[in-house]
Amino acid sequence: MPEMRYSEAITLTLDQEMARDPSVLVMGEDVGQYGGQFYITQGLLQKYGPKRVIDTPISELGFIGAGIGMAMLGLRPVVEVMTWNFALVGVDQILQNAAKIRYFSGGQAGVPLVIRGPNGAGVQLSAQHSQSFESFYGHFPGLKVVAPATPADTMGLLRTAIRSDDPVIFLEHAGLYSSRGEVPEGEHLVPFGQARIAREGRHVTVVAYSRMLHYALSAAEKLAERGVECEVIDLRTIKPLDIKTVAASVQHTNRAVVVQEQWKLFGAAGEIAAQIYEHCFDDLDAPVERVTGQDVPAPYARNLELLAFPGEQQIIDAVERVLR
Amino acid sequence: MSTVSPPQRRAEEFILPVDELVELYRKMVLARRFEEQTERSFRRGKIGGYLHEYTGQEAVALGFLRALRDGDIFFTAYRDHAHALFCGSDPRRIMAELYGKVTGLCKGKGGSMHLFDVERGFYGGYGIVGNHIPLAVGAAYSLRYHEGDSVCLCFLGDGAMNSGALHEAANLAGLWGHQGLCPVVFIIENNQYGLATSVERASAVTNLASRFDAYDIPNERCDGQDLLVVYDVARRVIEEVRRTGRPYCVEALTYRFVGHGAADLRAREQTYRHPEEVERWRQRDPILLLEQHLRTAEALDDDQVEQIQAWADQIVEDAVQFAEESPPPPPEELYADVYADPTGMFDA
Repeated sequence: MPEMRYSEAITLTLDQEMARDPSVLVMGEDVGQYGGQFYITQGLLQKYGPKRVIDTPISELGFIGAGIGMAMLGLRPVVEVMTWNFALVGVDQILQNAAKIRYFSGGQAGVPLVIRGPNGAGVQLSAQHSQSFESFYGHFPGLKVVAPATPADTMGLLRTAIRSDDPVIFLEHAGLYSSRGEVPEGEHLVPFGQARIAREGRHVTVVAYSRMLHYALSAAEKLAERGVECEVIDLRTIKPLDIKTVAASVQHTNRAVVVQEQWKLFGAAGEIAAQIYEHCFDDLDAPVERVTGQDVPAPYARNLELLAFPGEQQIIDAVERVLR
Repeated sequence: MSTVSPPQRRAEEFILPVDELVELYRKMVLARRFEEQTERSFRRGKIGGYLHEYTGQEAVALGFLRALRDGDIFFTAYRDHAHALFCGSDPRRIMAELYGKVTGLCKGKGGSMHLFDVERGFYGGYGIVGNHIPLAVGAAYSLRYHEGDSVCLCFLGDGAMNSGALHEAANLAGLWGHQGLCPVVFIIENNQYGLATSVERASAVTNLASRFDAYDIPNERCDGQDLLVVYDVARRVIEEVRRTGRPYCVEALTYRFVGHGAADLRAREQTYRHPEEVERWRQRDPILLLEQHLRTAEALDDDQVEQIQAWADQIVEDAVQFAEESPPPPPEELYADVYADPTGMFDA
């Protein structure tokens, strides 16, 4: 299997899907001539031309909405937001139109749209540029929410997203763009709603996704040295949420830790923990632990930033608490 | 605003054959009677939520929709009942939608503000002021993407002219129009008020069409009350947009004879519009103006007017009966149409 970077997996998938289906196009700020803020769309303009690789003005409300209109008429736009923070300017289009048009039209119109870009925090971008939106978008019916952690999943899930007839919120992580991993050859597809057991174990289930998966795996490595075997689950998609795989794991470990990058209150970890209680109440030997960021805007200073977001140590501490 | 009668024209000067104009007259009468009925049904509690009537503005939507061809599409806001009637949707299914019945255009799941009839090119009524405008621009791009020559109409109110969505969408349309990739006509239905706030109090520039100059989009204003005027402008503008793939804006000056919505009781109290102003506009009722044209041309007489009204009443009555007798959506409709592929979405 070839090895490539997380960002390269996105580029390659976009290229392959554009080659396969002429209705796929990409649109966003600086995606064409410049090749994308993170160079993800590099080369696509030269290959597919300006009609299919559209440089937009800084105008998220306009171009996200236009992407929805294109999708309603049969195109499959992949809209890049330079970061998900900027999508807030266009969020009315995502929540009020993309998520609901199929429903309020009684199924007459659909929105096969992907919106993708970097989500999350941890690289000293401070308050307005360091936010995780998975629980926000996961709250609204009509959207599917994807948060891949590895190059292989990024490829397989993006391909599924582009071919999906539903609007997909595709949350990449800027902190993972340069991470490397093996990617299957050929037309690699990962279905939505199928979590992956990233590491097998029998003492405690650790649920994570996106960048936090990697902290969960390194924590598991450290804990294994002390004889604690964590089963690490990579959710891959937040919505649909594969609670079956999570519950099956908790039913044999009897303990669970849920990890999310940012704010604890009303976050994804709270929802996942609640579902674990609903499905596994009688199996649990300890309360479910949440590992989350602190409830503060992201600070700039590196020392404060490290305090604001969880990492390997916080996961180790939480695992030790549920084992106590 | 002038209150004088329209210039008298001879039948041979009309831009459409007389029998077609009589047909358009019938449609406007139908829309008027239909809206009057929706208000009664709302008061009786048969229609829930909110209800925005098009009464007084009929010539705008009809003039433009009559100028479309097969394959053309349109978007509008929430004052959308007449648009559905004029594009050929079954009045019974429109009424059933308002009544929340499964036989409605959207199976009773959209209601008054979200009528759709995609088969007839109607891509929806939208409830958030201005937020359908970017959709129309993207849809227009799609129409040219595969080299077609269809066009997209985007109806919007004067209230939407101050929304960010309008300005971002208009800028994109201007840009894409430079490449011949955005055949959209923005039609401002300027009925003078965004709910109760007049254009003068809402827009620093009151010539709303001229604001499209900023986006290199040609624009003009027209009388929105005289169907012959609207249709003439619409026909010319739509064909130009079809030929060039560039956007265009028409601001049609019109007036709603009723409140913002059926719950706008202050319109009846006339707290924000002077009774004389309302009366002045009522003298330029689009139905009345077309009737005058047709009477002058001896294409319509008292008997025919009466017959047409009776015909419209009958259709409205049938629509109400159909809506009353239709079943509500079955419970399984609750989860239908949330996703194209609902696998795993409702497992929690």
